[in-house]
Amino acid sequence: MQVMLILPELVLIVTVLVLFAASLKNLKGAALSRIALTGTFLTLVASVLSGCASGTIFAGAYQVDTLSQLIKFLLCGGLFLLFVMCRSLSGIEEEMQSEFYLFLSLSTLGLVMMSSAVELLTILVCLEISSYALYVVISFRRSEGQRTEVEAGIKYVLFGAAATGISLFGISYIFGLTHSTYLVDISAQLPKLLQHEPMAIIGMVLMLTSFFYKLALFPMHAWTPDIYQGASNETTTFIATLPKIGAAALLIRLVAMTGTGITEFTWVLVVLAVLSMTFGNLAALVQDDIKRLLAYSSIAHAGYMVIGLLCGSQLGMAAVIYYIAGYVLMNLACFVVIYYIAPGGENIGFDDLKGLHRRSPILAFTLAAGAFGMAGIPPTVGFTGKFVIFTAALEKGFYGLVVIAMINAAISAFYYLKLARAVYCQGDEGEVEKIELGFGVKVFGFLLIAAIILLGIMPQGLMQIADQAVAALL
Amino acid sequence: MEFSQHLLSILIWLPIIGGAALIVIGDDKDAASSRAGIMRIAALAVSTITFLLSIVLYVGFDNAAIGMQFVEKEAWVPSLNVFYSLGVDGLSTPLILLTTFITPLVIIAGWDTIKNRPAQYFAAFLILEGLMIGVFSALDALLFYVFWEAMLIPMFLLIAVWGGARKDYASIKFFLYTLCGSIFLLVAIVALYTKTGTFFIPALMDQEFSFAYQMWIFLACALAFAIKIPMYPLHTWLPAAHVEAPTAGSVILASVLLKMGGYGFLRFCLPMAPSATIFCMPYMIALSLISIIFGGYLALGQTDIKKLIAYSSVGHMGFVTLGIFLLNDQGLKGAILQMINHGITTGGLFIMVGMIYERTHSREIADNSALGMIMPVYVTFLGIFCLSSLAFPGTNSFVGEFLVLLGAFKKSAVIGFLAIPGAILAAAYMLRLLQRMVWHDSDGHAHHHDASAGGEHAHKLTDLSFRELTMVVVLAFFVFWIGLYPAPLLKIMDASVAHLLQQISAAGAAAPVDPHAGHHSLLEIGNWFKQVVAL
Repeated sequence: MQVMLILPELVLIVTVLVLFAASLKNLKGAALSRIALTGTFLTLVASVLSGCASGTIFAGAYQVDTLSQLIKFLLCGGLFLLFVMCRSLSGIEEEMQSEFYLFLSLSTLGLVMMSSAVELLTILVCLEISSYALYVVISFRRSEGQRTEVEAGIKYVLFGAAATGISLFGISYIFGLTHSTYLVDISAQLPKLLQHEPMAIIGMVLMLTSFFYKLALFPMHAWTPDIYQGASNETTTFIATLPKIGAAALLIRLVAMTGTGITEFTWVLVVLAVLSMTFGNLAALVQDDIKRLLAYSSIAHAGYMVIGLLCGSQLGMAAVIYYIAGYVLMNLACFVVIYYIAPGGENIGFDDLKGLHRRSPILAFTLAAGAFGMAGIPPTVGFTGKFVIFTAALEKGFYGLVVIAMINAAISAFYYLKLARAVYCQGDEGEVEKIELGFGVKVFGFLLIAAIILLGIMPQGLMQIADQAVAALL
Repeated sequence: MEFSQHLLSILIWLPIIGGAALIVIGDDKDAASSRAGIMRIAALAVSTITFLLSIVLYVGFDNAAIGMQFVEKEAWVPSLNVFYSLGVDGLSTPLILLTTFITPLVIIAGWDTIKNRPAQYFAAFLILEGLMIGVFSALDALLFYVFWEAMLIPMFLLIAVWGGARKDYASIKFFLYTLCGSIFLLVAIVALYTKTGTFFIPALMDQEFSFAYQMWIFLACALAFAIKIPMYPLHTWLPAAHVEAPTAGSVILASVLLKMGGYGFLRFCLPMAPSATIFCMPYMIALSLISIIFGGYLALGQTDIKKLIAYSSVGHMGFVTLGIFLLNDQGLKGAILQMINHGITTGGLFIMVGMIYERTHSREIADNSALGMIMPVYVTFLGIFCLSSLAFPGTNSFVGEFLVLLGAFKKSAVIGFLAIPGAILAAAYMLRLLQRMVWHDSDGHAHHHDASAGGEHAHKLTDLSFRELTMVVVLAFFVFWIGLYPAPLLKIMDASVAHLLQQISAAGAAAPVDPHAGHHSLLEIGNWFKQVVAL
């Protein structure tokens, strides 16, 4: 059945269309969120149902394999969780609520399709679908008079457009060298080309720029802090998670084309990884706004992920998938706390976190699990992810790189600890106002904590699927 | 046999699950409520059961066997060849016993003094206990690392939540310092894995690596362990953490956490990188000697009792590392025994400081002077622990320190003579402390029984309560027991120490260090030092 192959895409398209209809009727509130939740839940179910599908359609431009299905599951799951988390949409302009759901679903659709795309122009189109939807959503924030959301939106457009342009330029190089836009054809020629053809290296690096931009890797990171800060908490949660999954998946596909050997291209990635980690972590040390802090930390985490990528080995690539899955969970844990501390949708700083353990123990513990996880302390998924990535890098002999990454992990521990300290150790005096949470939110927080710890203690299942997913690529 | 096959797992997970349960059902609104009382009784019960189970471990332990005992091995992450494997030998069993023995005492120490979130406080100690037993019994390097690192979280929270005035500074310093060291440990562990394909510690011990590789492994591991133990010049986190931690936190920090560093040296550095160990021996001995003298010298100048004991720990741990790197029978046994002794004695001292701090709310020696007339029972035990700390004959530390010194003189008279001032310094600062706290009254600041300054204080200073007495009596009992009859403890380690020495000497004989194999500048200093030592 061909339909099974693109079942999640179809369900998601239907969801988008329903949401479009809802936006025409200007639907609001509970009815709207029910539609969005149902749609994304069905998409999630569809992604599970088509999980074992495999095949190639659309003249070889669209490939359904374990990698794409795993990524689709993560994307659909992430979107569903996001919609569950942000049900109140407190940070979004009232009349834009239906559009918010619409465009985020549309953006996810682009990412979902991108995870299956194996032809350069298809990839580009999918990327643009996901980006354009997102450009619009950023400025949906309920305005506080500062108009920072518009500034953020424009920055995102400009950076995104520039990145796409550079990517297209890179694609033209690759096309010129290999006379094909199909990844299969390119991957047959690329490893050899990279050996002796500088243009291949330049072309590859330029082509990856868009995905570096999505992943917030140095030097395409500059948008991150401003957009995290300027966009509403809901939108930031989306930007911090889903596009990164999509970018990581595509990077795995594209970097896998370059073969397992260590070439100059690998060393370019090494340099980018080192700069990204170091810059991200050092800049995060001095941030006061929690979202800005998470933005810089995401730059650092992009660096860690690239370490797994540049290994070019099965373990390294599988580690990236594992890492991104864990990273999404930890990020959600942090953002759910931000979201519920700020009922008006405002940005929060360290002062707002003080005494959180008295205001809401479950939120405090969720944030602590996220922070310790991102710092890479066992027994969390963050530790296991780093461990697997570093194992892959050491297997390839990148000792220096791993030591630099480790030093970075230690630096990052400082600002993650600042989060934990603000939550648990400060604001012990005086009366505090309790944060009233619904039962659903408590369960949500508890599940996130459980997932972060259990996935860290028992990585075998996910690692195995990730292993299968990348095995076909190499 | 089902039970003894899983004894180590039970020892690890019973306290952790108990602690987690305390967090879940804990009610922290009112420290004085009956529910809070149930919490601490539950915590004490869990830790006591763990202690009793560890006695089963002690009884079932076969002193003559060389290999690992009570071994458990389950697949954990098969794709990376990671196993959940546990086991103990003569090096780890005493330390596990120390852990299970100290934990009920620290729970008693915080019995009714912790007003703020008591359930979480006791839970932190229980979880910490489980993780520490995990460190001492893990046979898989990754499992070891997971326990090693996970332990930072409860300890960080203990200092950060229940600590003193500068808890922010001390807790973060503690965490980052230790983390910086242990990340290199992780690199070393993974590097060993990529080389050998296994994380199983006994398998890693049997490998023969090239000298250069051993050096890297040794340095990476030694950095982590030297920070933990702590060794000069990496000791600076210790005074801050000790001073700011709550009493029970200081006790567990001094008694057990520091020992993890020494244990790491014995478990990783010595057997896995024997040639590098032999090569680095002079430097490690030099650093140990500096730790001994430097720690003692700094302790001499402290006015804060807790700080004084913290610096004395640096000195005592110097004896431990000295004993380890003497690489002879007496030295190693002395080092392990000294780890146990330090756990008991310094634990006792920190408990004593905690008691007086609860009464006078000051840790300054000057504010707590001349207690002899008011609190005779207190000063008796203070005296016992102080004498034990300075290694007075008949107390536990004497045996350990004597063994280490014996090993030192056996190695070289110079090392022995250099270590002696450390012992003398210990006598100086401990006797100074004891003299000021028990008798001294010349500065007129002994306010608590100065009739003109505030006679009412005299009534407030009550002598030890029954709860306090139980703790110190138990500890004092072990001070004398080990002091007079250390044979049972020494017997546990006999076989394992002999095996360890054999591994090192085999490596030393098989692959003599090639002085031209790199590390030239280091080597020259090393040779120079060896000449000095060999005088």
